[in-house]
This record gives sequence, C-alpha cells and structure tokens, in this order.
Amino acid sequence: MTAPMTAPIATNGARVYRLGEFHRFDAGGAHFLYLVPAGAIFAVDTAVGKLIDCLSSGELPHEQLMEDLAASGLMIEDADELIAEMYHANVIVANDSVPDQPQPLPDVFPIQTLVMNLTNQCNLSCQYCYEFGADKLATPEGKPKFMDLETAKTSVDFLLAQSGDRRSIHITFFGGETLMNYPLLKEVVAYANERAKEQERHIDFSLTTNATLLTPTIIEFLSENHIGVTVSMDGPKEMHDHLRVFANGKGSYDIIEPKVRALIQNHRTRPITARVTLTAGVSDVIRIFRHLKQDLGFHEVGFAPVTTSPNQLYAINATGMDSVLDQFHTLADEYLEHALRGESHGFSNVSDTLAELCQGVNKSHPCGAGLGLLGVGPSGDIAPCHRFVDSDAHALGHISTGIDRAKQADFLRRGHIDSKYDCHTCWARPLCAGGCHHEAFVRYGDTGHPNLHYCDWIRDWTDTCLRIYGAIAAGNPGFLQQFAERKAS
Amino acid sequence: MKHMRALNKKAGRIDDYVVSRTEDVVGLQDHPSTQQRPHVPMGCALMFTPGWEVDAAGGTAGLCQPVERDIYDCFVSCYWPAQVPDHLNNAPDWTAKCATATKDWRNLDLVFP
Repeated sequence: MTAPMTAPIATNGARVYRLGEFHRFDAGGAHFLYLVPAGAIFAVDTAVGKLIDCLSSGELPHEQLMEDLAASGLMIEDADELIAEMYHANVIVANDSVPDQPQPLPDVFPIQTLVMNLTNQCNLSCQYCYEFGADKLATPEGKPKFMDLETAKTSVDFLLAQSGDRRSIHITFFGGETLMNYPLLKEVVAYANERAKEQERHIDFSLTTNATLLTPTIIEFLSENHIGVTVSMDGPKEMHDHLRVFANGKGSYDIIEPKVRALIQNHRTRPITARVTLTAGVSDVIRIFRHLKQDLGFHEVGFAPVTTSPNQLYAINATGMDSVLDQFHTLADEYLEHALRGESHGFSNVSDTLAELCQGVNKSHPCGAGLGLLGVGPSGDIAPCHRFVDSDAHALGHISTGIDRAKQADFLRRGHIDSKYDCHTCWARPLCAGGCHHEAFVRYGDTGHPNLHYCDWIRDWTDTCLRIYGAIAAGNPGFLQQFAERKAS
Repeated sequence: MKHMRALNKKAGRIDDYVVSRTEDVVGLQDHPSTQQRPHVPMGCALMFTPGWEVDAAGGTAGLCQPVERDIYDCFVSCYWPAQVPDHLNNAPDWTAKCATATKDWRNLDLVFP
C-alpha cells in the first residue's frame, strides 16, 4: 500500500565545480562565510573549509572533488552530501549554475521617508559644510530661505499619498539649521499627526540640529512628540570649535554644551544621537567618543569622514583615514565586549552595520535616496536626499507637481550597482553598493560613480563588523535579536 | 543543513532552499526534524502495519504481520485505494470490536457479502 519510492537520478556526476563568491572569516574560534551577493552569513564546520581548500587552486570535476575530499578524511557519503549542500547554497558553483540576472526596479516604489529642509539658512559657518562650503552643490539664489506652511503641508500630503501601504513613515527635519524654523516645525508635526490619524497611520519624526537654538520649551516639545534628535557635534571643545564656528569665527561649543546636557536629561522618549564629522584636524576618534558618550551622555555616537574634494585642507588623507580606522577597531573591540555581556556600547557605526548584516541586505543602491527617501527644499523642489536640496542640477521635480519620473529614473539608473563595473568583483558590495551618491558627485562629478577612494576602508570595516557579528552569534546570540526586529535602513 | 548554520535572515532563506533541494528524501531512522518529516499516512509499511508486501514465497502467509490489519488502515484513514469492507452500507460494524488497532487487530474478520 505504500507508494513506490524512487531514488532521484544522480545528475551531479557531470558537474565541474569552482568556488562561488563569498568572504571567509573567523571569529570567536569559529569559521564563517559571508555569501555574496546574497548577503547571507553562515557558521560553517571544518568540512566546508576542506571543500574550499580543495577548490582554491581551480575547478574540479565531481569525481575528482569526491576523491580529494575522501583523501582529506571525509567519508564518501558525507563528501557527496557536502558537495550537494554547498552547490545549492552557491558556496560552490558548477557549469550548470545559473548566473544572477539583473533585476529591474519595481515600477512603483512607495516613499518611506521625507527629509524636509525647513530652511537653507544656518547660524553657524562650519567650513566643511556641504551646503555652504567650497564643494557646495546648492544654488539657492532667488529661492525662498525658509519653507512656508503651504509648501510644508503639501509635502506632508505628498508623503502620505506616495507612501502606498507602508505601515510606518518618517519625516526628518533638516536644514540649514532646522531650529531656525521652529515655528514651522511645530505646525508640521501637528498637521502631519492630524492627517495621519485620519488615515489611521503613524508618522515618526526626527531632526538634525547643531543644538545652538535649543531651549527648555523646544526640548519639552521634542520629548512630548517623540521626535528623535541627532546633534551634529565634533567632540570636546578644542576639536568641536576647530570648524564648527559662528560667522565671526567664534566656536560654538560653549553655547551648545549646556543645551546638549539639558536635551539628554529632559528628552526621555527617544535616544539622542551625536553625529561627528571627521576632518584632518578632528580625527581623535576615541577621545571624541569618550567625551560625547561618557561626559555628555549621548546614547549613540556615529562618525563619518567629511565629504569633500581631496584638495581641501580639512580633507582626511589616506594616512589619516588609516588612523581613524585603527581607532574604529579599538571601539569595535569594546563594542564586542559589551555585546557579549549583553550591554549597549553606543558606537553606532557598528550597530548600524550589524543591523544591515542581520537582515542580510543586498543593495541595488547604496541608500534609499531617490527611491524610498526624498528631500524637499524650502522652495518645494524635490531632491534625491537632503544633501542635494536646492541644487537645480539634481532636482527631481517639485512638491506641487510631483516626482519627475524621467529624472528619477536617470538618477537611479546611474546609482544602480549594475552600472558600477568596478564593484562587481568586490565582496563588500551587498552593503556598500558603491557608496554615497553625493560623495560620488563631489569627488567624481557623477552620482553614479563608485567611491573608489574608500574601497579598502569599506572592505576592512565590513570585515570587522562581520567578525563582530560572528563572535556575537557564537557567544551571545540573543543580543542580535534587537537587530532582527529593527527595520533595515 | 548539516555543515552550515544560518546566522541572519537571508541565510535562513537560503537554508530553506537548500533543505528543499537536498533533503526531500530523508531516513526516518535519522530522526529528521518535524519540518523535514514526510507525510506518512497511517497504514503504510513504515509505521505500524506492513503494507501489501509479499513474503519471500510471493504470498502473504509469511509476513510478520497479517494482511487483515493492513486492510484496517485502508478502511480508516489511508488514501491508498484498496479493497476494504464497505463501512457505509454493508459492513458498518466491521471495526466495532477493534477499538485500538495495535491491540485489537485480531478481531477484524473477513467480510462475506
């Protein structure tokens, strides 16, 4: 009465195997593979290592591979099973493996985040500013300096209409200095909440500020409305004041320090983050981190080297970047120790990467700019992101008339990983995808150019974060749960 | 998978795929996980009853368990088409004395229309 069972016909005998695309790493005494381009992370046993070693000098037919594995100590049945497993997971590929096909972008891609530049004015004159500095793209002449309520409301309506059926949507307030248009910010929050409530949806808010204009009233408002705050701050006084200055050249540290302390103490509904711009004179990462995390009490601190053309005095050169990365490694080691104890460390360059590794992202584009994220300038011009706001050359339409689909398609085609030939042999491309569109334009004059000046650093940092991920997975896997729940950025 | 353990979401999806490609035939003696375990209808040879096999002599007399018990499973639950007593019309009480097949199978008798 049993249905007859037939053994599957073996077809693997004719296959010739070679290594697939992966990055091999060790952590916490265990072995791991990061599969490219899938973005998958696997812990592997020693048999996998043997298989990879067998194929590392070139391709082998099935029978030969079986023999080599048997010679390395594997039972013949185990070898067969191992080969099948690795073949189907693409760790090894064969002559009949199907290469990855380019996937077209979906026709409709709902927006998730709208960055509203409430003003293009700023009360500071930071020399490295991408909006006002030497490498600026913005052409604000003749455009409004402050966004008006009408444009802001239209922007909110635009976000609600263009976000499809997304459950959670975000508005990020930006500038200029965001708080120079605080009256509008308040009105936008009220209006957006009201409109979202009508549609039974939820909008999440955040803002970036230089903290100079914070007052107890504003802090209370931010806390009551669960508005996430990122403070642009470059470290202790002498470092912060190096470039973050008022128009008269006076540093801004003394003004913001008490305000930042008040913000961290009184804004209890969202973590407060510091965002540090590293420059030639400000690259003592560890000291900056200690000051912002321990002395001031920021929940998270993130670092990014300044975006600049290479000839600016404040640009970090290659030696400087190596030193920055060395210090990143020290903080990364600390992060791992904290994670193994189940404690939060606060170095967001690690936690942001771990979040992406946990999801296993495999990006078509380096970020959501022009795709799920758009910027809106004070004039209502739509930009790929806040960094392109007020730049006529990069505008993707106007908030009153909608997205210019042709320009958007051009921007996305340039930025797509398939257009970046140099990236195709790089194992770090699932996360990097060529790097920031804005940085690429400043460096190479094309938003779609891969950021080749930091490839080695990206690979080094990705490898570091993979090893942290592996070590946490081996030593305290429960810690990674927070990233599984956190949405991929 | 035997040699790789998935550590992130994408790896989990690859794991599912590889299992579906490599482990669709599993040995029950290897105690496969619930997910991998095949659907085995009650009454098949793998479980309590021996099925419609024949013995070494080509008959049913030498089977380790009698053919009647196997018929019982076809009658109750098995999808496999077999000649079983018609419990709707002619033999509604055929299993009346067989509350638990593993113990009471001897009470099942042949049916003579």
